[in-house]
Amino acid sequence: MTDKKNKSAIQRRLIPSYIFLTLFSLFSVFPLYWMITAATNTTVDVARGKIWFGDQALINFQNLVKTAAAQGQGASLQGFMWNSFLYATVQTLLCIFICSLAGYGFELYHDKGKDALFAVLLMAMMIPGVATMIPMFQMMSKLHFLNKVWGFVLPAISTPFMIMMFRQNSRNFPPDIMEAARIDGLSEWAIFFRMYMPIMKSTYAAAAVITFMNAWNSYLWPRVVLTENKAKTMPILISNMSSGYTVDYGMLMMGVLFCSIPTMIIFFVLQKQFAEGITGSVK
Amino acid sequence: MSKPKTGSVTRKQQGAGWAFLAVASIMIFIFSFYPMVAAFVMSFKTGSAAAMRWADPITFNYVRMFADKTFMTSVRNTFVYLIIQVPIMLVLAILLAQLLNNKDLKFKGLFRTCVFLPCAISLVSYALIFKYLFATQGLVNTVLMDLHIIHENVNWLGQTGTARFVIIFALVWRWTGYNMVFFLAGLQNIEYSVYEAAKIDGANGWKTFWHITVPLLRPVIIMTFIMSINGTLQLFDESVNLTQGGPAFTTITMSHYIYNNAFGVGVPNFGYASAMSFFVFILVAILAFINLKVGDTRD
Repeated sequence: MTDKKNKSAIQRRLIPSYIFLTLFSLFSVFPLYWMITAATNTTVDVARGKIWFGDQALINFQNLVKTAAAQGQGASLQGFMWNSFLYATVQTLLCIFICSLAGYGFELYHDKGKDALFAVLLMAMMIPGVATMIPMFQMMSKLHFLNKVWGFVLPAISTPFMIMMFRQNSRNFPPDIMEAARIDGLSEWAIFFRMYMPIMKSTYAAAAVITFMNAWNSYLWPRVVLTENKAKTMPILISNMSSGYTVDYGMLMMGVLFCSIPTMIIFFVLQKQFAEGITGSVK
Repeated sequence: MSKPKTGSVTRKQQGAGWAFLAVASIMIFIFSFYPMVAAFVMSFKTGSAAAMRWADPITFNYVRMFADKTFMTSVRNTFVYLIIQVPIMLVLAILLAQLLNNKDLKFKGLFRTCVFLPCAISLVSYALIFKYLFATQGLVNTVLMDLHIIHENVNWLGQTGTARFVIIFALVWRWTGYNMVFFLAGLQNIEYSVYEAAKIDGANGWKTFWHITVPLLRPVIIMTFIMSINGTLQLFDESVNLTQGGPAFTTITMSHYIYNNAFGVGVPNFGYASAMSFFVFILVAILAFINLKVGDTRD
């Protein structure tokens, strides 16, 4: 009885919390909700302030397909989607493989030399993308990697953030396992592939989610390295679509929706891994 | 200290360790350190990309930079965004995390998902959404008109003050939930018994917050601060997509202006763009250094 009273008293004291959280949640969700409803309405309805679903989704989609194709040079909506998907997937696979190798090496084989190198690598975190883009553009152009998947992914495969994340999480990897595996005659590489990778599954998942999202959403570097329309990605498409004088809101928001669907799916399905991924290196 | 914790690590095993980290390390040297040095060298050159020569005088690009009104505006804009937006966002993020960390709170998962949701879409996407929400014929004007708060449509993105406001507003929307996740993770590391003890000592909510939560969260606060400063100094997507830097370049960010000089319309000027980008690098380094120092001395 008193317990029940206590509980309702606690809940009553939490009312301001509930109000604030509800308001902030609405604030956070509304622009996305608006984007989805706008994608189903005509420009006129959107401008009039309609915030409920309409029946223009198919027409907006057809216009989006037409506009994407009108970018020229063999561009198409599925082409933009495929490019985004291809670049993000390749970047994710290479990034988690190479950075996990490094994190494993730095943590489980650490000595003075490796620790010093690690400290140097961390300094790369301070280098802004805008500072490296020009020499990197020249490099990619010399290597004939402009408009290629390699041009897109190479600069983003090895990042101090990801190495640090794998290094921090490698602390949970028991060294005893390595000892036992060595006694069983496993080589150092075999230990990595057969012991480390399966045990670190959850770290790989978090790293993969965050890398994929970053790659899919990246904008500055792709704008530099992808000069041909048929090599461009979804964020560049929607950005280009919005720069005209008359903009079809419905169609544009359909584009924004398409650009956001993959990352939104990942967000809802793998939210825990995503949260772990961004906070990954803080432990 | 330098002794490996695995104990009997042989020379061969140490060699394998180097092999594991070699590719990633070499790639960081090739794709981060080398371009940074190359950009620094390039910042002393002028001319078109195909025929670059040493500037005369050698500091030409740097002198030009400090006399360049648009660039100085972009620097000022960056600091306006930094000083106004980052504190608002971090305070909101700590507050939200604190509220969500209450064990008696219901619908915790739902609230957390909602607040975190803006992170699910790309920077270009949200910039465009806010661009059209705040368009002259946009929803914000329609609602404000219906509520009789304004009597004619506001040209939000056409005036410097309101355009900056929209950028700050959008940034707070996009990044508060992101930072909240860090604080929530930090709060969950604080033992509940600490709070119990504080309660027994008679500390109220605010006192507990200021004297226990904030000091214990200090490392996370410093880290989010550095990340936010770093992000603000490199703002690009929002400037390009939300305001196009306008009106008349008054909301342009440093990265946007640098991009325009290197890859925008007109003759590319890699040397000048590199000089400005090196300036950004110095700013990032200084601010990160100050932050770390502040973090140290309060120990």
